[in-house]
Amino acid sequence: MLSFLIRRLVEAVFVLLTVALLAFVLFRFVGDPVNQMVGQDTSLEDRLKLREQLGLNDPVPVQFGRFVWKAAQFDFGLSYQLKQPVLGMIAERLPATLEVALAAAVFAIAVGIPMGVYTGIHRNSWLSRLFLTISLVGISLPTFLIGILLIYIFAVTLGVLPSFGRGEVVKIGWWSTGLLTMSGLKALVLPAITLGLFQMTLVTRLVRSEMLEVLRTDYIRFARARGLPNRAIHFRHALRNTLVPVITIIGLQVGALIAFAIITETVFQWPGMGLLFIQSVQQADIPVMSAYLMLVAVLFVGINVAVDMLYAAVDPRIRVVAGSA
Amino acid sequence: MSIRKILLAAAAATLLAAPASAATFRYAFQGDLNALDPYTLNETFTLGALGNVMEGLTKRDKDLKIIPGLAERWETSDDGRRWRFYLRRNVKFHDGSPFTADDVIFSAERAQADGSQIKSRLPDKFKIEKVDDHTVDFVMPEPNPILHYEWDTWYIFSKPWADKVGATKPQSATATSLNAWALTANGTGPFKLESHQPGVKTVFKPNPDWWGKPEHNLTEVIFTTIKSDATRVAALLSGEIDMMDPVPVQDIERIKSSPNVTVMTGPELRTIFLNMDSFRDELLYSNVKGKNPFKDARVRKAFYQAIDIEAIKSRVMRGNSAPSSILISPLLFSRAAEIKRHPYDVEASKKLLAEAGYPNGFEVTMDCPNDRYVNDEAICQAVAAMLARANVKVQLNAQPKAKYFEKAGPTAKYDSSFNLLGWTPGSFDSWNVLGNITHCRDASGKGGQFNYGGYCNPKVDALADKILVESDTAKRDAMILEAFKIVHEEAGIIPLHQQTLAWGVSKKTKIVQRADNQILLYWVNKE
Repeated sequence: MLSFLIRRLVEAVFVLLTVALLAFVLFRFVGDPVNQMVGQDTSLEDRLKLREQLGLNDPVPVQFGRFVWKAAQFDFGLSYQLKQPVLGMIAERLPATLEVALAAAVFAIAVGIPMGVYTGIHRNSWLSRLFLTISLVGISLPTFLIGILLIYIFAVTLGVLPSFGRGEVVKIGWWSTGLLTMSGLKALVLPAITLGLFQMTLVTRLVRSEMLEVLRTDYIRFARARGLPNRAIHFRHALRNTLVPVITIIGLQVGALIAFAIITETVFQWPGMGLLFIQSVQQADIPVMSAYLMLVAVLFVGINVAVDMLYAAVDPRIRVVAGSA
Repeated sequence: MSIRKILLAAAAATLLAAPASAATFRYAFQGDLNALDPYTLNETFTLGALGNVMEGLTKRDKDLKIIPGLAERWETSDDGRRWRFYLRRNVKFHDGSPFTADDVIFSAERAQADGSQIKSRLPDKFKIEKVDDHTVDFVMPEPNPILHYEWDTWYIFSKPWADKVGATKPQSATATSLNAWALTANGTGPFKLESHQPGVKTVFKPNPDWWGKPEHNLTEVIFTTIKSDATRVAALLSGEIDMMDPVPVQDIERIKSSPNVTVMTGPELRTIFLNMDSFRDELLYSNVKGKNPFKDARVRKAFYQAIDIEAIKSRVMRGNSAPSSILISPLLFSRAAEIKRHPYDVEASKKLLAEAGYPNGFEVTMDCPNDRYVNDEAICQAVAAMLARANVKVQLNAQPKAKYFEKAGPTAKYDSSFNLLGWTPGSFDSWNVLGNITHCRDASGKGGQFNYGGYCNPKVDALADKILVESDTAKRDAMILEAFKIVHEEAGIIPLHQQTLAWGVSKKTKIVQRADNQILLYWVNKE
């Protein structure tokens, strides 16, 4: 078990280094950060001096080495634009992104599973067809379009929900939460739906196909023959067996939700990490971009390692294979 | 308690609850307010926002005329080399410290320090002398009639406050310490900065001890950034914000037709123009080998006359632009109307090209930003299509601004043959244009950093040098006109138009729109 863990961690480090190298190579092509940092009237000499100071004229391997060395000490430098430590900035924005990602995941599960169960059980009813059509819309419409549509309906026309921002937030220690205020909760609704709609569709269809399959199995037929009530059959027996792949998918999707909330955050001006990232791309703010990419890489690698560990813990067969290797 | 009593109590509580302040002004902009040090960022929006909190020795009024600010009046010596500024008395900074000549001297030094992006606000060589606590002299080796033209955005810092919080030097780009003071602002202005969370919310409150007479009725101002155009429009339409900037041109009609909001449009100072590489002996991105077609004034004029600027105005800008004959807004140069654009004439254009030796035209690549100026990419596409009618095949290379300025600008030694640029002279004066845009330069940009095409005419530069030190306005304007005429006759740079500002404003709000696009809260009134 331990050797399994160590092996996965070593692989993780290699993945991170590769991501860092690729990101670094890409950053040679994002544009000139100095021009974004200085004003129109700054003289040429001052601009060149700034390039020197930022180390932009050093050879590429030197810059890369410096970056990796500092990253290993969790020092991602100062943002070119905000002149603040990058890690601090990302940490400040993390609660906003995590909250909307979690809210989206909750929405996806809370709406997706019941819809999936219903459409699985009542395969041909008109309500099922309606649900499936709605879920198709959720997959085919791009996120920004859904977001703007929701804003138009709920904020502009009906005026019941805010169109941007996070509302009032309450700081608990280091974490700032919008869940404790009315305006914060109202502001969370539309972004969570926008972000979670794709996931919800995924969950619905997954649960539906799993349910269809499980309901055909022998033990369900025997349970019915035994005279168990439908509710017990559907939820206590069938649903539980469908949940294993659903949980796996949702777990991996949460990583995607956190990393790719960029578009939702842009549409709703949600002050999270994604918005920070897109700003830094436009401004060629390389320290922020590299820190964000490394963070996302760590997130995905971490989730994958955790899922693998979970499999090893749950499935004895994997444990045996790993132990003997 | 009975239901009736409960309901009555609830109603009473609602009535007694403090109503939302009717004089709260909420506005949004597409960009951010980040570090609040006005010396490390030379950017209109930040300087405009800080202009409510901090002040300079002079200010500009609603028509951009210079009026007294922290200096009540000033006088120039006969030889023009010594300016005496009489400072306003009984002015206090927001932290209570009094405003004195020491603060002005400190601010002048700070503006020249390393890390400052506004060194050009003050002349290259000058001495500052304290005459008494409320009088300061600026002494220069040469007369400089526009010494104070940019001082409305050179804000005065309080020396004792700066010493206390460690703000004595501008925030440097490579600073290793976190400057907490850069999230606060201490000035003498009509508004105080109450709180600032970059990228989230900034709150201003009026300063009850301000020295002037308030022309606004606000009790609170909240600024938020909204980057996404559609979201910003939605926020305005839903009433969540009272004003926003900018309105994308395609949404102007939509907002105008809405009952509670309207769009204020007005001229902006930014001029958009096209640069042609006349510096190199052979163009980098063209099929003409062995010579440079742009060195020939006929080719340049041919390009000029192939462009139908009225079509660009009506189709691309939807009426929201003002075609320009020179490289500066007519608001900033009184004699601009004396120069007329070369007429749009495709046949004349083809004839000029044939005369210059290109009867079948030629090919050239055009570089263009796609997220910097209003409809920049669309303008370039229109220009490319129009040039095609004169047999010039243009390959368009549109990029985001971070990449575009790196390529077409001094960083990559002006790696472009034909490109588009926009410029607002920070001093609101023509010399700024003649010094930055048309001035001869070397291959690395020394001499005319923003002269992307490398246009060079020593006569224009000679005029510019004289303009810098000429104090007589009539003589000065005549020289400026002559300089612009020379550039115009040989089509050194092709001016296109001035952009139009478009602010979305709630009908319940009265606000003054100044052509420099600064959002000044002290002229806002809410019903």
